[in-house]
Amino acid sequence: MSDRNGAVRIGVYTCHCGANIAATVDVKALAEFAALLPNVVLSRDYKYMCSSPGQDLIRQDIRDHQLNRIVVASCSPHLHEHTFRTALKVGGLNPFYFHMVNIREQASWVHENKAQATRKAKDLVCAAVRRVAFHQPLERGRVAIHPDVLVVGGGIAGIHAALTLANAGKHVFLVEREATIGGHMAKFDKTFPTLDCAACILTPKMSAVRSHPNITLWTYSEVTKVDGYVGNYKVTVLRHPRYVDEDLCSGCLECLEACVCKQAKVPDDFNLGLSKRKPIYIPFPQAVPQVPVVDPETCIQFKSGKCKTTCIAACGDRHAINLRAEAKVEQIEVGTAILATGFQTFDARRTPYYGFGKYPNVYTALEVERLVNASGPTAGEVVLRDGRLPRTVGIVHCVGSRDENTHRWCSRVCCMYSLKLAHLIKERTGAEVFNFYIDMRTPGKGFEEFYQKLLNERVHFIRGRVAEVTDWVFDASEEGKLVIRVEDTLAGFVRRIPVDMVVLATGLEPRADAPEVRRLFNISCASEGFFLERHPKLAPVNTFTDGIFLAGCCQAPKDIPDTVAQAGAAAAEALALIDAGYVETEPNTAHVMEEQCCGCKTCISMCPYHAVSFIEDIHKSRVNEVLCKGCGTCVAACPSGAIRQNLFEDDEIFAEIEGVLSNA
Amino acid sequence: MPDDFEPRIVAFFCNWCTYLAADLAGTSRIKYLPNAEVVRVMCSGRVDVQFVLKAFAKGADGVLIGGCHPGDCHYQEGNYKALRRYRLLRRLLRQMGIEDERLRLEWISAAEGDRVRVVIDEMVATLKRLGPLRKAEEERAHLTEVA
Amino acid sequence: MKPKVAFYWCASCGGCEEAVLDLAEGVLNVVAAVDIVFWPVALDFKEKDISAMDDGSIAISFINGAVRTSHQLEMARLLRRKSKLVVAFGACAQLGGIPGLANLTTAAGILAEVYGDAGTPELQFRDDGHALTLPKLFDSVFALDRAIPVDYYVPGCPPSPKIVSDMFQALLDEPLPEPGAVLAPDHAMCDECPRRDTRPQELKLDRFYRVQERMLDMDRCILAQGLPCLGPATRAGCGSRCIAGNMPCTGCFGPTSHMRDYGGKALCSIASVIEGNETAQIDRVFEGIVDPVGTFYRYSLPSSFLERKRLE
Repeated sequence: MSDRNGAVRIGVYTCHCGANIAATVDVKALAEFAALLPNVVLSRDYKYMCSSPGQDLIRQDIRDHQLNRIVVASCSPHLHEHTFRTALKVGGLNPFYFHMVNIREQASWVHENKAQATRKAKDLVCAAVRRVAFHQPLERGRVAIHPDVLVVGGGIAGIHAALTLANAGKHVFLVEREATIGGHMAKFDKTFPTLDCAACILTPKMSAVRSHPNITLWTYSEVTKVDGYVGNYKVTVLRHPRYVDEDLCSGCLECLEACVCKQAKVPDDFNLGLSKRKPIYIPFPQAVPQVPVVDPETCIQFKSGKCKTTCIAACGDRHAINLRAEAKVEQIEVGTAILATGFQTFDARRTPYYGFGKYPNVYTALEVERLVNASGPTAGEVVLRDGRLPRTVGIVHCVGSRDENTHRWCSRVCCMYSLKLAHLIKERTGAEVFNFYIDMRTPGKGFEEFYQKLLNERVHFIRGRVAEVTDWVFDASEEGKLVIRVEDTLAGFVRRIPVDMVVLATGLEPRADAPEVRRLFNISCASEGFFLERHPKLAPVNTFTDGIFLAGCCQAPKDIPDTVAQAGAAAAEALALIDAGYVETEPNTAHVMEEQCCGCKTCISMCPYHAVSFIEDIHKSRVNEVLCKGCGTCVAACPSGAIRQNLFEDDEIFAEIEGVLSNA
Repeated sequence: MPDDFEPRIVAFFCNWCTYLAADLAGTSRIKYLPNAEVVRVMCSGRVDVQFVLKAFAKGADGVLIGGCHPGDCHYQEGNYKALRRYRLLRRLLRQMGIEDERLRLEWISAAEGDRVRVVIDEMVATLKRLGPLRKAEEERAHLTEVA
Repeated sequence: MKPKVAFYWCASCGGCEEAVLDLAEGVLNVVAAVDIVFWPVALDFKEKDISAMDDGSIAISFINGAVRTSHQLEMARLLRRKSKLVVAFGACAQLGGIPGLANLTTAAGILAEVYGDAGTPELQFRDDGHALTLPKLFDSVFALDRAIPVDYYVPGCPPSPKIVSDMFQALLDEPLPEPGAVLAPDHAMCDECPRRDTRPQELKLDRFYRVQERMLDMDRCILAQGLPCLGPATRAGCGSRCIAGNMPCTGCFGPTSHMRDYGGKALCSIASVIEGNETAQIDRVFEGIVDPVGTFYRYSLPSSFLERKRLE
């Protein structure tokens, strides 16, 4: 418990954090209080302990005053524990002789009564001073990082991350659930604000992925299990059978022509059901890989076994079609993983007052993306369900966004894509276009200019949240049209705007399977359901699980430039780990005190990571410190106190309990 | 019950869910009562029954254990162990005359900053109604028999 | 000069006195090595004989039983003054023992339970010119070291013959063990248990039984058979006598030095190895433990963190 002549010498530092702490907690009184606590040799208060001079103070004091324990009362250890531990190290003290007290996030920022906040801070400092006396010098272990990377999701985020890493010489496994990569971006026609053709900028990257020697592309596949620890993940990937062999297929697509179903009858998912496909199909013409898929739910051969299999005949001597193919399970080892699983669009049926699914001419924005797309279901013509061109179109913003009844957040891209669609619709059809908005959010580079362009194109902008879309007509002028009812808040009255076509700017939401995916990788979801980043400002691509990174809309709604930037950032973080070659493990692992262990085996079944094993010939348990993740469950379960957890020893925690209640 | 009774709560928060939620409450500037003081552990599965008993013995009026929601434990199953211990400990505490409401096990995810406020404020109100546990004083008092 | 020793019993059952006699022929060696100056159960020395001795003139006093009356407190203090070393002998002295379960009630509660409404005893009365004072019944039971400083502890209810003979060996020899030591091995019992190899590595109990509810297999780990055997939490040294009798360990040797609250630790561990992730299922499994305090604090309630049931 002590060293240097047996005495514990503690330095306590109270941070003001500017006014963040000092305005609510009486930092001077706290420092004076700390000075009187047992074993405290020195107590200071300072404006910004995490700054260079703040850290220098600690280092200097360690030397000048022979301090052998340090307590800093400031912000959350999640923010600066590492900073201060490093300061100790530089000052010549083992970094784990340090304890941090959270008097900001969990005191000054959440309590209003200054006297009570100060009293609480004093209790917490007292607890820390008692605890730190028991701290032991600990060393971090090192674990080698496997250089291969797993990228989950083949949209623009996954593609960009994979290419960046592959170009840096790392081997990447890119696993995509759909039969093709490209994600949502593959469905767009043009992208804002430049009106670049989405396919033109995306397809070269998709081809690059296909042909890159460092990328193993597994489409129609999904991750089913992740075992291991940072730097050494063992991932199980389930590859669903396409029934067409990727290595043998030449992409000629003759099998599609030859299919006995002469007419396409199956709703085409890629076109959101606006067109039909055959049981053997390719998601879209530029799909990567350029290999068809057979759908066992609708293929006659699968359902009845009695098909002439003209597809196989058409394939000829390439023999690429194998209707007896089976799912394959692959096991890979990677050191890091980037999750780029993207988003799903808000289901407009949840806002039935907008008429989606009720009125045929109410479309979602993504459906309209497919309409305007030259390779879409209508060859780029924006037409109503009956084939007519619309003469008036209403675009309703914020469907499933900024709404207490559905989702509270702003989906960030809808104003811009609504402007884009307004432009494209007007260009294609010459219709009169109305945009119904709450605010126009156009902050990006070139976005404001794009908005101005639309204003100049005589698109009507009406500020008001649309209340409903109805076919109940008021007079002859509305006959046969859909009526948008909205309060025009700038004009000050409720309006009825009859239109031929309604476009719902549906928002972005987390994918329905996000909770399962996050459990696979042992990360968290935030309250809205998107994956949780380590810090919203300073670590937007890291998660709390080392070695797992985020890119794109799975973390939060964002547009393509931001997605690409984030994908590059995630790739850089992975590269930093891989090129460093090792990651340092946290030392808060458990260990068995062998003389004290009675061999009862209670701990063995406590560990989900199989980190505790029973050594038969000495009849004792032992913890594998590399596998141990430091939860401490076995420590509490040990019936005789023979297992200890570094940094969370019984002595340390009892000391904290006594400390917080010392004035009870 | 004296009007100025301020219950003392010792809160064992798991690092990954509840502690982060409390930090989130902080960054969101959500205000709640200052009666709870947090002892951080990596997982609710680390919370030894001895810790809870010690807290009550040393003067806590209430003890709060915060962990991840079932199925979401950062370490897979630690929170289930915490739940099992809690259910049996509750019965033991009842036999010792300590009301059920004084020990609370709550599942609070990293995203639920506001829930930290709700749970703590509710617990303070309940403890104010129940009154002080007075274990620390009691220990001193009954010791006088052998002083 | 042979060292003087004293034996005394406070709130106890007499089993610890028997434990000394259980040395069988070994007791003769003890008697030969020491001068017993006080042993109410066996010899006729009186309290006034002890009061008359010089302070510190008794080498070792072996006190068993818990302290729960004013007379026991007085005697403990007296013997402490007169002795160089005091040994808390047996579970009651070390931990409070089974009498310690009275901490779930109070003096008034006990008297009401026993005497009903026949009234409370008067503490003072005179009889034929003699004044008599009954000892006061405390509300709580105390382990010996709450009343007086204790030098050594000998665990067990009662201590086993080997532990008792080891104790004599240790204390009548140089150098003495570290002050405050418990004179028994400092690890739990499973290591010594003859059934230890039959305990599985994966234990998931879906039911608990009481001893009368199940015919136990004589060769298998008793905890694995669904009885709350506290062997894994209990200090070794007893020779697993209860296990040999096909009964679960109830924890009489108390904690090892690496636990602070015996019952809490034992509960924590037993609760961890059950089947069940949902409240309703978990509660059902624990229905088989009908009396948690009696199960986990059978011998140690007064020395636990909470010490006693809350006083009203």
